[in-house]
Amino acid sequence: MVELAAAVLIATGTLFFIAGTVGLLRFPDIFCRLHALTKADGLGLALIALGAALLAGTPGAVFRIVLIWFFVATASATCGHLVARYARQSGAGGGAP
Amino acid sequence: MTPDLIYGLTGIAVFGIGLVGALCAQDRLRRVLALKLCSVGAGFLLVVGAWREPPATPDPVPHALVITGIVVMVSATAVALALIRRLQTLEATDER
Amino acid sequence: MTDPLMIFDLLLALAIVALAVASLSVRDLFSMIVLFIIFGLLSALAWVRLSAPDVALAEAAIGTGVTGALLLKTLHHLRYVSGTLGQQTALGVTPVAPVPMGIILANAGFCGLITLGLLVAFLGAPATGPGFDALVAEAMPQSGVEHPVTGVLLNFRAYDTLMEVVVLLAAVIAVWQIERGLSDAPAPVMGEVWQGFARLALPAIVVVGTYLLWVGAEAPGGAFQGGAVLAAVGLLLLLTRAYIPQPAHRGVARGAFVLGTAAFALVAILVAGGGRVAFEYPLEHAKTLILLIEGVVTLSIAVTLAALFHGREPVALSEGGRHDT
Repeated sequence: MVELAAAVLIATGTLFFIAGTVGLLRFPDIFCRLHALTKADGLGLALIALGAALLAGTPGAVFRIVLIWFFVATASATCGHLVARYARQSGAGGGAP
Repeated sequence: MTPDLIYGLTGIAVFGIGLVGALCAQDRLRRVLALKLCSVGAGFLLVVGAWREPPATPDPVPHALVITGIVVMVSATAVALALIRRLQTLEATDER
Repeated sequence: MTDPLMIFDLLLALAIVALAVASLSVRDLFSMIVLFIIFGLLSALAWVRLSAPDVALAEAAIGTGVTGALLLKTLHHLRYVSGTLGQQTALGVTPVAPVPMGIILANAGFCGLITLGLLVAFLGAPATGPGFDALVAEAMPQSGVEHPVTGVLLNFRAYDTLMEVVVLLAAVIAVWQIERGLSDAPAPVMGEVWQGFARLALPAIVVVGTYLLWVGAEAPGGAFQGGAVLAAVGLLLLLTRAYIPQPAHRGVARGAFVLGTAAFALVAILVAGGGRVAFEYPLEHAKTLILLIEGVVTLSIAVTLAALFHGREPVALSEGGRHDT
């Protein structure tokens, strides 16, 4: 039962990652691509972490998975901000203000 | 087809690609990167040699050798990159 | 393992080879480094599949993380010196006298022959050899730790590990000789979001690095992995310009570089009293000695890797500096 729920969560998370990758490949502009990546991959990571936490054996492992999710989410948000800032400063992507 | 066969072939392929890049690329940074690819390929072969079928634990001595190799490779890469930076600065001042 | 994981193995192997080819064929140098970092992460994943978690940790932290940071910093410096910082793509500099295509093809042919020879040797080798696992397993109770790789690294083959620390020391000595003084390349301005992230991440990095060092006695981890994670603290401080290396701090830096090698060598020689050879730790003190060596070596590795990233000796060059001919 728990394995079924974890499998559903991980599969849904993978779907979000696929959506983010399709956005990365198909969107025309760096800002659109960043939007697809940070939103879809963030949600996909949360779902996969939730599924992995359901399958984890000990509370220590669950705590580590939550820590990993927290730091990867913060790091990816920071990197998204840095990439967008660099793109805006170097004038790429249509010159949005 | 066991994992060690798949990853052993991968390691040889990566080593070959790195060797071609190290000898045939024109740019200095690319050649240093290709040598790092060679080192990762060699690491694959060592770890594949240490792998045993799943109930048994792998042989720890090649793991220690690969860890040592990774640290030595980062030291060599750092020296190579410092030399590349210095060469670039000297060439730029020579042109002026 | 079971069949579905074999499909995963095949896909991962294909991705690794494709990334290796791609990283050497793109024109833009920045893309090349990014593809190399992804290649490193995927090969760390492959090493987890091969039951080598310590090697995977070391590759992800040192081989991909620190090497990627070194490459990016070098690329920034190269673009600054060649004046191409403002351009969108980072193209390499072709040498004045490029190698003729015939020689390149001959080189590629020889590399192909070498790879073919390796392939024949690999496929013809016996599937499993005797290996060292039986010997290590029966000697582990005497090593003082429970994790086999740590026992091999710091007890059974401690001489190799001492030489590895010496190689790091030699690298920082060489880099400090090659590049001296203050760099002219402008530091990238990182912004407030990055500063906030660094403030959040820095204590966590210290805790994770110390944990990796401590847990190496009974689980995958150890001095090199912990030292590389702690080097990230140094990299963060250098990137946010919270610490700018001063000429006055060189003595402390030199002490930190030598500390690991000196402590390791001292412990190894001093246990050779009382009828033992060097590197033969007494059985009841083995765990303490190993932890002591690991702690000091971790500190030394962290400072050395951060100094390799900074890449220059912080020397105040004199006003009318001599020009090398």
